[in-house]
Amino acid sequence: MFRFILRRLLQMVLAFFGTTLIVYALMFAGQGDPIQALAGERPVTEAQRAYLTEKFHLDQTGVGGFFYRYFDYIKNLVQGDLGESLTGRQIGDILAAAWPVTVKLALIAMTVAVLFGVTAGVLAGIRRASIFDNSTLVLTLLVLGIPTIVLAPLAQYFLGVRWQVFPPTAGSDPDFYALLLPGIVLGSLSLATALRLTRTSVAENLRADYVRTARSKGLVKRRIVGVHVLRNSLIPVVTFLGVELGNLMSGAIITEGVFNIPGVGFNLFRGIRTEDGPLVVGIVSVLVVVYLVSNLVVDVLYAVLDPRIRYE
Amino acid sequence: MTHSVVQPTPASPTPEGGHLLEVRDLHVEFRTGEGVAKVINGVSYHLDAGETLAVLGESGSGKSVTAQAIMGILDTPPAVIRSGEIRYRGRDLLSQSEEERRQVRGKEIAMIFQDALSALNPTFPVGWQIGETLRQRAGMSRGDARRRAVELMDLVKIPAAAKRLGDYPHQFSGGMRQRVMIAMALAMDPKVLIADEPTTALDVTVQAQIMDLLADLRRDLDMAMILITHDLGVVAGVADRIAVMYAGRIVEHADVRSLYRAPAHPYTKGLLESIPRMDQRGQKLSTIRGLPPNLMRIPSGCPFHPRCPYAQQVCVDVVPHDLVLGDGRTSACHFAQEVRDDSAR
Repeated sequence: MFRFILRRLLQMVLAFFGTTLIVYALMFAGQGDPIQALAGERPVTEAQRAYLTEKFHLDQTGVGGFFYRYFDYIKNLVQGDLGESLTGRQIGDILAAAWPVTVKLALIAMTVAVLFGVTAGVLAGIRRASIFDNSTLVLTLLVLGIPTIVLAPLAQYFLGVRWQVFPPTAGSDPDFYALLLPGIVLGSLSLATALRLTRTSVAENLRADYVRTARSKGLVKRRIVGVHVLRNSLIPVVTFLGVELGNLMSGAIITEGVFNIPGVGFNLFRGIRTEDGPLVVGIVSVLVVVYLVSNLVVDVLYAVLDPRIRYE
Repeated sequence: MTHSVVQPTPASPTPEGGHLLEVRDLHVEFRTGEGVAKVINGVSYHLDAGETLAVLGESGSGKSVTAQAIMGILDTPPAVIRSGEIRYRGRDLLSQSEEERRQVRGKEIAMIFQDALSALNPTFPVGWQIGETLRQRAGMSRGDARRRAVELMDLVKIPAAAKRLGDYPHQFSGGMRQRVMIAMALAMDPKVLIADEPTTALDVTVQAQIMDLLADLRRDLDMAMILITHDLGVVAGVADRIAVMYAGRIVEHADVRSLYRAPAHPYTKGLLESIPRMDQRGQKLSTIRGLPPNLMRIPSGCPFHPRCPYAQQVCVDVVPHDLVLGDGRTSACHFAQEVRDDSAR
């Protein structure tokens, strides 16, 4: 197991450099004049241009220049310096403000998915082909079929504006209540998938041979389902939820955009829209790390849950 | 040539009361989307204390379904028990509540299954799984259950039992895994052990070890055993009596010696003749022609008639009754005596 983790960590280093290089290249390769992009509509004086060219090492041109700037960037990154956004704010500060909001949102979404998705999935799996099973099937297909870009504004309009159950937008420093509706919208997709997955897994495990053995031992049904079936059924579900939590932690561009939540996804989207290269690359670099770590955690968790899995 | 009086049997061929376990005229159907499969069509057999009954038959003959009906672990639906009785110590299990039946499972009648790898829960250590029965059913503490689990694993001759308590089923070899299954079944000191093809998934050498172990345990713990198998070779050394099943019926019932010496049903005869023999080297192996019947459309009359070399018009028209051939033997064949005499020749 230790060797497995070590090998994965080394792979992660490679993956990290690979992805940051690609994102860095894509973001800056498409840009015309970075100095003009920085200044926006305003004219740039010769003195300013010379200063900025010097500051960002733009005098180095071609492929060599690109790599010069990339390594310069990585050097700062490794030292914990994410650099400056084009707006002049430290990207580290932006993320420090945005991340707690995204984490809160992710945790709400995750709680919704686990609480309702897994519970309903277990019930649907036990009562296969019942009214409950069939109605959850229709509901989950509906949720999975509607994209967030439609679902989020709909929820915002009806629950936020029309009936005013929830605040329609979150604002700069959102509390739990303001994040509840976006959290539910964000979690509904994970909820639906978790429900389907749990339902299938439970139904499948209920037919397994070891259930027949457990019955012939004379165990009560509650124990057979609650211990034997559940322990096996939840292996794929926990794996899915782990990956999903990693996804949610890296921010939800659409949901945060619609509800005006100043999280990671919101800032990333603003960076893309304003062609703020350093901001986009900075956020993505950190997201890559989050994603790689969460994937490693899921793999290790999988081996802990299923004793048949061995990593060498 | 021996002559015994051939007569139709009464509804209950055995005297009232005495048997430890008795299945009477059991009918089970499976109702699926494609139709109704008549899986068990009037099976009757009994088991006395301390004896071993082998139930023999090919896949789909209903031998496992009968066993699962006894245990009360049939999946209903799709299975439906249409009629019949299963009496344990005189009480009809089928008329009992689920809670009463649960008390019988494991404690009075225990069962081991064919494929121990899938029959054991893959995510719990074997010690935990053996101990679970003791903790849940006998109210033992964790420590006591662990100690008893080690004893049980010693009993089924698993080497270094105490060390292997924490191992998972996949870490055992096939034979050791089946021993774990047996240890688990023995946890509550059952009076009847049903072994459903306990050696089918194992190597031949290991098969013999497991069969010997089962025979020893049955004798030492004074249990009665129902041994379900399709392997005639497995039966010979272990069983006292044999019930041969075909298409959900018992077609022949006899003590082991007489059945091997002179089978009285064409199906049993065919099975015995299809065993490879050293004195017939180089010859073509004899087989039973045709395929097992589709249980949704069981042939009229005797269900074996399309495959039977003895078949006459009467076999197509009339369902044969069990014919008593003496010495407790029965055969559900219109020509039982001829078949037996042919076999004995």
